[in-house]
Amino acid sequence: MISIWLFIGISLLVNGALILGAGIYQMINPPAHPEVVLFNLHANLWWGAVLFLVGLFYCIQYRPRHS
Amino acid sequence: MTSSMELLAVTSLVHLAPVDVAIIAFYFVLVLAIGWYLKGRAHTGEDFFMAGREMTAWVAGLSFLSANLGALELMGWAGSAYQYGILATHWYWIGAIPAMLFLALVMMPFYYISKTHSVPGYLKLRFGESSRILSAVCFAFMTVLMSGVNMFAMAKVMQIVLGWDLNFSIWISSLTVAVYVALGGLRSAIFNEVLQFFLIWAGALMIPVLGLYEAGGWEHLKVQITERFSAQYVHLWSGLGHFSTNPMGINWVGIVFGLGAVISMGYWTTDFLVVQRILAAKDLRSAEMAPIIGAGFKMLVPIIVILPGLLGLAVLPVHLTGEAQAAITGGHSYNDVLPLMLARYCGPGLLGLGVTALIAGFMSGMAGNVSAFTTVWTYDIYRPLINKRASDAHYVSMGRWTTVIGVLISVGTAYLVMQFASIMDYVQALFSFFIAPLFGTVILGMLWKRASGSGGFWGLLCGTASSIGMWTWVKLDPGALRYVALSADAKGLAQDMFQALWSFLVCVLVTVVVSMMTKPKPAAELNGLVYGMTEIPEVGEVAFYHKPLFWAGVVTAIFIMLNIIFW
Repeated sequence: MISIWLFIGISLLVNGALILGAGIYQMINPPAHPEVVLFNLHANLWWGAVLFLVGLFYCIQYRPRHS
Repeated sequence: MTSSMELLAVTSLVHLAPVDVAIIAFYFVLVLAIGWYLKGRAHTGEDFFMAGREMTAWVAGLSFLSANLGALELMGWAGSAYQYGILATHWYWIGAIPAMLFLALVMMPFYYISKTHSVPGYLKLRFGESSRILSAVCFAFMTVLMSGVNMFAMAKVMQIVLGWDLNFSIWISSLTVAVYVALGGLRSAIFNEVLQFFLIWAGALMIPVLGLYEAGGWEHLKVQITERFSAQYVHLWSGLGHFSTNPMGINWVGIVFGLGAVISMGYWTTDFLVVQRILAAKDLRSAEMAPIIGAGFKMLVPIIVILPGLLGLAVLPVHLTGEAQAAITGGHSYNDVLPLMLARYCGPGLLGLGVTALIAGFMSGMAGNVSAFTTVWTYDIYRPLINKRASDAHYVSMGRWTTVIGVLISVGTAYLVMQFASIMDYVQALFSFFIAPLFGTVILGMLWKRASGSGGFWGLLCGTASSIGMWTWVKLDPGALRYVALSADAKGLAQDMFQALWSFLVCVLVTVVVSMMTKPKPAAELNGLVYGMTEIPEVGEVAFYHKPLFWAGVVTAIFIMLNIIFW
């Protein structure tokens, strides 16, 4: 049976990749008038990277294995 | 995708970018995929209703916590933190931690050893059929109604925050829940609740992190709140000496005895919605560890719920008000504080994850309601009253259909609330009538072998009736609150606390008196159900750090320290 933690890993991996991608795009093309405060911290960039890495770890650790 | 969202949007607090919509859509795909994958593992009644009783302590514990961590809970308590300050944290600490530890160490052995399918099922074993039917009917009825009320409230939130159409929110979320719970049963609900737990933290954690950065740290935040509002907004206990010395209008008696000793005990130890997750644990040690793990994480939840509300007090340029005043002025209400903070700090991507966390919280709360309703209906109402001798496959089939029907009743309730808004207050009040007396009945049943079947039934009935009576009295004459809460300075929340306390005491008193006048249950029938008549299996020769008692001690020590730090 596929572990619940693999589903968690997939969710964090995909969401992390999407958020990281959005962060990179915004860093390359910064908006003239940012809608959020503390835009200069690029939270979506580093938080997306954290989620991506945690998700990657879970996916590898709990990948289905043949016994 | 953007164009379809634009069609749905009217006016909203936040605007989603395509990446946000992709994150939300991915969540729906994933939960349906989980349900589809697990449908092949829900053949028997034990599979469908009890998740095969094979959940680890971590999965059961996180699911136990998540079933309560709904979107309305997040937004409502963030709003309460803005309105009442750090006092709202009591609902996460003294209003949860002692009860969770009590469930783990004292009550769980009896629930688990008796192999009951539900809390009403335990009442059947301990007190007889009448108590079971009374609690099962009340629970089933309340659960679907509450689910509908929450569904409407969540759709309303989505309308305000995202500008989504009410019908769209109601149907898309309810059909998704119906599909994945009907396919995979409790296991599917539990898997999705654990997923939701991670999504909520991933989606909400950026608010306190960035908020504290903007405010200049916790000490600066306290100074700003004190200057803008009052020092009592940042103290947990020091203002609770009297009803008039804190923003909540309550005193320490109401918090300690009403909330800590009765309401939270009733909710966390007898509400089948949360207890069902623990009953799915694979063994007794896991069942005892699960609420302790839940308690450990529960202590952290104020970081993503209370702290955003407190940060709102300090950094938001606008002043939030109550719902009624906000409707008149066109401003924002307390309950908008979390979406406002989300919009303040979270750009594309993070915003989508935050909104997904809210949607996931709502759907998993609904799945919890529906799966608990399905089990109680099938095992505690349908089987004993309508069809006693059907096959296991028949009951599983009944469970699947009940899931769909339960969701449809919830949808119907949501539309009813849409037409008659006052119903919402009544349904929310109805749920609170039952919890405190039920705790009295269950705890006496577990700890007092002399409690008789008649005592249990009449105690539960009279306790519930007294709660309804007090609520009606205050509804008809608001001045009566001074008698219920024992102070002319008492406010609304104090009523809930004292109403629960009195109804619990009425339940206990009636149960004791009637039990002393009636014949007790034979000792041989109390094995596995009552303290002193049950041999509790030892955890065995395991290292101290594998024992539930050790971790309960760790959680208790942290709990005490936190209360002293934020005194």
